[in-house]
Amino acid sequence: MTFLITVLAAIALASGAAAATPGDDCDVPASLIASDADLARMAGAIKERHRLDISVVGSASSALAGPDGARFSYPAQLEQVLKERLPGNDIKVTAHVLPRQTTADMATALPKILAEDRPTLVIWQAGTVDALRGVEPEEFRVHLDKGVAAIAAANADAVMMNMQYSPRTESMLGVTAYADVMRWVAERHDVVLFDRLAVMRYWSDAGIFDLYAATSGYAMARRVHQCIGRALAAQIIQAGHLEAGNMQISR
Amino acid sequence: MAMASPPQAVSSERDLRLDLIRGLALWLIFLDHIPENIVSWITIRNYGFSDATEIFIFISGYTAAFVYGRAMRERGFILSSARILRRAWQIYVAHIFLFTIFMAEIAYVAATFDNPLYAEEMKILDFFKQPDVIVFQALLLKFKPVNMDVLPLYIVLLVLFPPMLFVLLRLPNLALAASALIYALTLKMDWNLPAYPNGVWFFNPFAWQLLFVFGAWCAVGGAPRLAALLRSRAVLVAAIVYLVFAFCVSLTWNFESLERFVPLLLRQWMYPIDKTNLDVLRFAHFLALAAVTVRFVRRDWPGLKSPILQPAIRCGQHSLEIFCLGVFLAFAGQFIIAEASGGPLLQTFVSVLGLIIMTATAYLISWYKGMEGRGPRVRVKSADADLAERGA
Repeated sequence: MTFLITVLAAIALASGAAAATPGDDCDVPASLIASDADLARMAGAIKERHRLDISVVGSASSALAGPDGARFSYPAQLEQVLKERLPGNDIKVTAHVLPRQTTADMATALPKILAEDRPTLVIWQAGTVDALRGVEPEEFRVHLDKGVAAIAAANADAVMMNMQYSPRTESMLGVTAYADVMRWVAERHDVVLFDRLAVMRYWSDAGIFDLYAATSGYAMARRVHQCIGRALAAQIIQAGHLEAGNMQISR
Repeated sequence: MAMASPPQAVSSERDLRLDLIRGLALWLIFLDHIPENIVSWITIRNYGFSDATEIFIFISGYTAAFVYGRAMRERGFILSSARILRRAWQIYVAHIFLFTIFMAEIAYVAATFDNPLYAEEMKILDFFKQPDVIVFQALLLKFKPVNMDVLPLYIVLLVLFPPMLFVLLRLPNLALAASALIYALTLKMDWNLPAYPNGVWFFNPFAWQLLFVFGAWCAVGGAPRLAALLRSRAVLVAAIVYLVFAFCVSLTWNFESLERFVPLLLRQWMYPIDKTNLDVLRFAHFLALAAVTVRFVRRDWPGLKSPILQPAIRCGQHSLEIFCLGVFLAFAGQFIIAEASGGPLLQTFVSVLGLIIMTATAYLISWYKGMEGRGPRVRVKSADADLAERGA
C-alpha cells in the first residue's frame, strides 16, 4: 500500500533532493493524514463551547514506560500541540491506556469511559494486542464495529489509530490483516483513521527515524511519540476544518 | 490448447508455459516476502486483486493432476495415492526445516534487539519463551510464522487430493462441482482449520482447494473443453474489462488521493477483498488473467525456447525446492536489510541476488537429477512416476 511512498522517498534521497534535513523535521505528506470523514461534533464543541475533551483508549504502544513516560507519550504531546494550535480553547486529553488489552476488552470498557469522561472525541488505538494474540480478523472487526458504534451513540467523534510500523518484528508479528480491517471499518462507519503504520513507515523510508535501531534509551521513542502527537493533531484539525485562520474569524 | 487431439496426446508433453509462469510466480512470491522491498513494486499484487499465490496454487493443482493422474491410470489408486502422500510428507519436512530457520532468526532478534518504542511489539517474543508449546504447535501446523502459510495449505491440499483425483479421472465435472460446492459452503458456514494461539489458517484450505481442483480439472481434460470459450471475443473483452477495473481499483490503494474516485457504495460492497477465503473477486481476477494469458501466449510460442526465459522455466520445474529456497532467502534478505538499515539500493541488490541464487539452484538441481538419470529428457520416456516428485 505504501510502496509508492518508498519509491518517492527513494527517488528523493537518491537525487539528493530531500529538502528537509532528516531527523530535524517529521512533518508527514498531506496525503497520509487526509481523510474523507470529518469530525463535526468535535468542531462544534470547539466553535460553540471553546472546549474539547479527548479520551485516548489504547494499549501499551500508546504510552512510554520509563521516567515521566506519560508526559512524553503521544496523548500528552497531542494535548500540548492542540493547545498551541487552537489557542483560547479549553483542551483536555485523558488517556486510558492499559497494556495487553485487546480490542474486545476495550470495546467492553468503552461505555464506562464514555460515561465518565463525556468526551467529544475518542482516539482509539487498536490492533497490536490482537495481532500478538492472533485474534481472528473477523472477530477483531466485530469488536471494532461495536466500539465505534458505542462512541457514536455517546455523541462523540472517533479517530481510530492502527499499529506502529515495527520493521524488526515484522517477520514475527503480522499486522497487515488487522490494518486492512481497520481501514475497512473506518470506511464503513465514516470515521477518521490515523494510519500510524503508514506514517511511521514514511519516517523510516525517508530516513527521518531509524526504526531498525537497537537502543535501550528513550530519546528516539520520545521523539517518535512527539511526532505522532503532532501528526495526529494536524489530522484532527484538518478533519474538523479548524484551520487556525477559521478560528480567528469565528467569534 | 490442442483441442482435436485425444486426451493422451494432450497430457503427454510438458506444457512449458506452466513452468514459465510458475517460475515467475515463485520469483514474485520471493520478492513479496521481503517486507519493505522496493522491488516488490513490480509484482502483480499491486496491479489487481489476485497475486502470485493464486497462480502457484492453480499450477500446482494442474501439475499434480497431470503427473499423478497418469500414475493413477497406469498404476492404480493405491500406488499413486502413496506417492501423493509421500510428496505431502516431503513438503511437511521442508516446512519444518523453514520453521527451524525462522526460530533461529527469532532467537537472534530476541538476543540483540531492544527499543522502548517497541516494548509492546516485542511481547511476541514471549511466545517463544515456551519452546515446548510453540514447536509442538508448529509440528501440528497450527502455529505458522508470518509468510509461512503456503506450504501448510499445499500439504492439506495434497493429503485430500487422492479421492478428489479418483473422481476427477472418472467424472471430472462432478469433481469440479463438488469443489465449488465445498467452496460455497465454506464461505457460508465459515469453515476453516484452527490456528495457534488463536484464530484460523491464513489460507483457508477449504476455500483455496477450488483453485487447486480447478487446475487439476484443466489438466485432466477440462482445458480443451474451455478452448471454445477462451477463443470467444466476448470472454476476452470481459476479461480485459475486469482486469482494467481491478487495475484502476488497485491504483487507489497506492495513490490514496485517488480513493475518492471509487464510489462509496462500490467500496462498501467490494471491501474487504478477503485473501483467507479466496474472495470471489480474487478468483475472478485470476480467471481473467489466465484467459488473457492463454489467449496471447500459445503453447507452441517460440519464445518459450528463448534463452531469456529459461531461468524462470527452470525455477518453475523445481517448484518445491525453489519455493522453500525463496522463503529462506526472503528471511535472509530481510535480515540483511534490517542489519544494515538498508535503503532501496540494498533492497534491489538483495532482490536480484536472491533471484540469481534461486536460478542457479534450479540449474544445480537439474544437474543432480540429470546425473541420476532423472533428467527431463529421460523422464518423458520413462513412465516412472518418480517424475511426480518434480512436477507437483
